[in-house]
Amino acid sequence: MLGRTLREVSAALKQGQITPTELCRKCLSLIQKTKFLNAYITVSEEVALKQAEESEKRYKKGQSLGDLDGIPIAVKDNFSTSGIETTCASNMLKGYVPPYNATVVQKLLDQGALLMGKTNLDEFAMGSGSTDGVFGPVKNPWSYSKQYREKKQQNPRGESEDSNWLITGGSSGGSAAAVSTFTCFAALGSDTGGSTRNPAAHCGLVGFKPSYGLVSRHGLIPLVNSMDVPGILTRYVDDTAIVLDILAGHDPKDSTTVQEPVKSFILPTLTDVSKLCIGIPKEYLVPELSSEVRSLWSKAADLFESEGAKVIEVSLPHTCYSIICYHVLCTSEVASNMARFDGLEYGHRCDINVSTEAMYAATRREGFNDVVRGRILSGNFFLLKENYENYFIKAQKVRRLIANDFVNVFNSGVDVLLTPTTLCEAVPYLEFIKEDNRTRSAQDDIFTQAVNMAGLPAVSIPVSLSSKGLPVGLQFIGRAFCDQQLLTVAKWFEKQVQFPVIQLPQLLDDCSLSLENEKLASVSLKQ
Amino acid sequence: MCARAVWLAFRAPLGGRRGFTCQADSQGSGRITAEVIEHLERLALVDFGSREAVVRLEKAVAFADRLRAVNTDGVEPMESVLEDRCLYLRSDNVAEGNCAEELLQNSHFVVEEYFVAPPGNISLPRLGEQEPSQQT
Repeated sequence: MLGRTLREVSAALKQGQITPTELCRKCLSLIQKTKFLNAYITVSEEVALKQAEESEKRYKKGQSLGDLDGIPIAVKDNFSTSGIETTCASNMLKGYVPPYNATVVQKLLDQGALLMGKTNLDEFAMGSGSTDGVFGPVKNPWSYSKQYREKKQQNPRGESEDSNWLITGGSSGGSAAAVSTFTCFAALGSDTGGSTRNPAAHCGLVGFKPSYGLVSRHGLIPLVNSMDVPGILTRYVDDTAIVLDILAGHDPKDSTTVQEPVKSFILPTLTDVSKLCIGIPKEYLVPELSSEVRSLWSKAADLFESEGAKVIEVSLPHTCYSIICYHVLCTSEVASNMARFDGLEYGHRCDINVSTEAMYAATRREGFNDVVRGRILSGNFFLLKENYENYFIKAQKVRRLIANDFVNVFNSGVDVLLTPTTLCEAVPYLEFIKEDNRTRSAQDDIFTQAVNMAGLPAVSIPVSLSSKGLPVGLQFIGRAFCDQQLLTVAKWFEKQVQFPVIQLPQLLDDCSLSLENEKLASVSLKQ
Repeated sequence: MCARAVWLAFRAPLGGRRGFTCQADSQGSGRITAEVIEHLERLALVDFGSREAVVRLEKAVAFADRLRAVNTDGVEPMESVLEDRCLYLRSDNVAEGNCAEELLQNSHFVVEEYFVAPPGNISLPRLGEQEPSQQT
């Protein structure tokens, strides 16, 4: 049951094959079993069971609210949830209980979804590994998968060889781990520079970033106001579309959401790709790209071509400056957004009471970790009077050039761009921490952040397992507000590649998983 | 507690180990001077805390410097991708509120319906005003 698509589970709930409470309990028990992954910061067991009870009443009366009624979901811990602690994995907000729900959370709850808990992340969503939060790093469930362990020639049922576990990617790593271990059917992440797509690629999930302005940011603790969007992580593209259908639309509480009415996101089944034009940006072929990912990227392009689509090479000339531009704009906006944390109205407050400045300074020193402080200081540097023109304004100009690059490419007839999501598969934690957070972010965000600067929709689709038995994802980028078209193409591609289900024998023996994915024989991009 | 002792008490956590700034000068690009460090710390109300942090800032700045290679003549800065649209403004009517109690609950120090702040208009002491014993 847990491995099925959202629609299948929803149908099962309507037919009474399973009740919301049973589903909820199964997921809660899995959360307990996967505790060592550290995916959840807060597990809202009582809340979830109560919601399940109410959902069950609705189903008995035949009055279900929709496809999401009774479906377990998880939310990244930088979304405000009323009555449930929201920490952003930081000392600054430990113990902070928001008095309101983020709009996206409210929308999911209004549809009857069961909130399983708040997931772990990098502190304040700054990072690309989900390793820098105050509650510790998140472990990638694929580190314990049969597929990975067999390649490493380890006992597939052994749990003791734990020291070289892999990162999930970040910063929505907790959400990714939660979905990939079947503890929920969908999870909310946030995407500022790739924070939803990066862990999706490393954990074998569909990671979707909507167009900027499509989904409300009200209640999402802001990092970079001009680039943040809530992201969606699921196991299937169809599930993403169902969730997006609920979340998209104007919100009076977020004036950066567009006012046009949104159409439904129910995805048609694409059978004929001959009218599609796929663009392959040549500047994304960087030397650091692993040969396996490059090969999969190339095979994917060939697949589209063999099915009749037009596949052309395109150019995004300012690509090499995009990560630098992102770095300047991100730190500058962060410096501004983090100024609200002064200890007075909410959050951590230090013991010093001599003066407001001293209190603020000590509170912020105690509350933020090195990464956050580093970004605040860098941001303030770029915003100094003498630097403003040369750094901040300059970066804003470069941002326009980057956004224009995409506009030009889409205007030349390209429907969707196809790029890698990450340079390689998930790396071991011990390897990852050899470099500092800023360096890693600059390396790992390389394919994903340009999309945030241009405000375009993008999705990472899991393609195949690498030679190490780990997931590799590829990214599709669409035109602004053409999210439905993007997901339609992604759904077609997903069907073609038939990405395998994760096998976690020691955890999932007693749960029946859908093996439909493995049964169907079709074109696959296995190495 | 006398004023000076109070200064020592709150200044101590805030970069009491000031020696690193001199070292940074000799190793760094020279742009991140002790004055810049102090200025940033006051503006951000966040301290560097260590020499590594200063080095990281220098690297960040060096990284950002690479933008100079881009020709941006005649290009307007882009603030938002939605610049061609008008932001939504709702009508100026009271729609919600009256939640003072809920909001006050999250604060550590509240007196009746006030958030309590320490006295303002006292700036952080400058580097030179620190006690000599604090500088290592």
